[in-house]
Amino acid sequence: MSALAPATAKPLPRPLARELGDLGRGLAFLAPNFVGFLLFTLVPVVAIFVVAFTTGSYASGVDPVSGSFWIDARFCGLDHFRTMLGDGAFWQSLGNTFVFLLAVPFSMAASLGLALLLNQKIPGRVVYRTLLFLPTIAAGLALYMIWRQIYNQEFGLFNQILSAIGLFEAGQGPDWLGNESLAKPALLAMLVWVGMGGTNMILYLAALQDVDVTLYEAASLDGAGEWSCFRYITWPALRPTTFFVLTTNLIGGIQIFDQILIMTGGGPQGSTSTILYYLYQNIYEFDRLGYAAALSVVLFGIVLTMTLVNWRLNRSAREA
Amino acid sequence: MQEPTGRRKLFTMIVLTAVAVTTVLPFLWTLALSLKPADQVMSGGLIPKQITEQVEIDGKTHTVRLLRQLEDGRYRVKLLEGERKIVDVPGPVTVTERLDVRFDNYPKAWNAYPFLSFGRAYLNSLIVAVLVTLGQVFTCALAAYAFARLKFRGRDALFFCYLATMMVPGAVTMIPTFVLLKNMPDVLNWMFSTEFFAREFIGGGRMIGTDSYFALIAPRCFSAYGTFMLRQFFLSIPKELEEAAVLDGCGPLGVLRHVVLPLSKPAIATLSVFTFMWAWGDFFWPLVVTRSDSIKTLPLLLQTFQGQYGAQWNLLMAASVMGLLPMVGAFLLAQRHFIEGIKMGAVKG
Repeated sequence: MSALAPATAKPLPRPLARELGDLGRGLAFLAPNFVGFLLFTLVPVVAIFVVAFTTGSYASGVDPVSGSFWIDARFCGLDHFRTMLGDGAFWQSLGNTFVFLLAVPFSMAASLGLALLLNQKIPGRVVYRTLLFLPTIAAGLALYMIWRQIYNQEFGLFNQILSAIGLFEAGQGPDWLGNESLAKPALLAMLVWVGMGGTNMILYLAALQDVDVTLYEAASLDGAGEWSCFRYITWPALRPTTFFVLTTNLIGGIQIFDQILIMTGGGPQGSTSTILYYLYQNIYEFDRLGYAAALSVVLFGIVLTMTLVNWRLNRSAREA
Repeated sequence: MQEPTGRRKLFTMIVLTAVAVTTVLPFLWTLALSLKPADQVMSGGLIPKQITEQVEIDGKTHTVRLLRQLEDGRYRVKLLEGERKIVDVPGPVTVTERLDVRFDNYPKAWNAYPFLSFGRAYLNSLIVAVLVTLGQVFTCALAAYAFARLKFRGRDALFFCYLATMMVPGAVTMIPTFVLLKNMPDVLNWMFSTEFFAREFIGGGRMIGTDSYFALIAPRCFSAYGTFMLRQFFLSIPKELEEAAVLDGCGPLGVLRHVVLPLSKPAIATLSVFTFMWAWGDFFWPLVVTRSDSIKTLPLLLQTFQGQYGAQWNLLMAASVMGLLPMVGAFLLAQRHFIEGIKMGAVKG
């Protein structure tokens, strides 16, 4: 260290009172958010690991004799997790959930394809973008009600179109949501349809517009074809977007629920039940809140693992 | 953006048009069904029309439904008047089609479910979504400012805690939050030795605890993601502007109100739009936490509606259209803002 350095460069220790004042001010700003954060996120996250090891009705009240507060719940150790190991419905729901995650890569590929097409000077660009975005903005209960009718065996739009092009006679088509082997593909198709032209496409489109055009010019001077340009310029440039979209879509995809409740109710024979749907059934139909909590611990574990793996892969790919 | 060559342009437009047809067709079909007469919903086609089949028997014209043509060339028909008999007639059966648009499916669907009209469900959804949005903007802006600009011990550790909870799925916190709310009225009554917290709320549901507006709104007024997004935006505001305000005698709250917030309108707008959409469309939490019809939100009404009127397609589809209309309408009117918001929300996140 140079002896010429002025003494004032070293920060003076801040007086304690000042520090406490700063802390108070900071906490005051944080307080409204922090109270909610504590009550509805932090405490529940910790509590889920407690509830998952308990059983009971979780009703509460005040004892009329002693005047003390009681809640009907008792510890049951690892019982729920042991039950889970032999619970066929759980494994089926878990497997289905992962099958439904297949919609993510398909829908992302479709989004990228559509974004590449839209990223050209063509007439009616904005109109196309609006129409492609419709399913995403409409996504929700009403849209799933509509899709349930679209897949109706006798009068649904899908079978009407298929019979119009002569695949089978009117009214003789397959029962898409009522057939054990067709219900999953039918739902997957709908998931891809909802997601392809929405948020992911918009993000890809924005990322494509940020790619340096001179790179393409230099590459084509070097004789690179269209595929090479995509492979070595576009795709690497889109990496952060792909990472963001993949992470958010996987985390969202694993929590698929609304579609199932509205369109199939988990059937036929549990072939479309998902982990979240099974969790819901445990709360409502089977009245097993503790078991449901254990299920959400599993869900938490899956999401956490997925995020970490994804993050790790992304980092090692960036360093390579 | 490249200017494509002629053939490439044609190819692009054909593919995009084909995809756009698939995204639009289901909506047109829904709209058509919602306007059809009840007895015509099973007939195909996108034009709501009334098909009348008539046949002359003994010099009198009867309205019938054509069942099928028999092998001997006669027609088997069902009379739609009088005794509604099935008879075989030599024909000919004349088929007339006329346009028949039934707008009254909408008022019928609006009032179809006796305990909760669409008006009430819209209002409930609106109350919940607006208050959740205001709550989030308020709490997130304050916290984001603290994380971005105020210096205090432990700030960054606390911020890291916030970040970590962003990956906790909503379904995980749901059950403990539910148990917490379920016991809240009893606990509060016990703590304050009163009966107040178990009372009914004016307008339906309870004061507090499950099955209350409180349960629909309060747990969602706080967001780690919103805090994170606003913090990133606040950091991009030049510090000099804030320092000038401090020299003019502004406290931190004043700086936030008069300098930072006005400059952060795009970020606030993005947070508001997405919070509103999420709160408006959210289904699982309201489903778990509500019992009383009077506080149910739009998605819950739609679910009930499907359970009761699943077989009446024209009403079901009218209900779907009413469910879709607010969001689709808002999108079509303010599309540019939605698109910009998506980009900003992701770039910062």
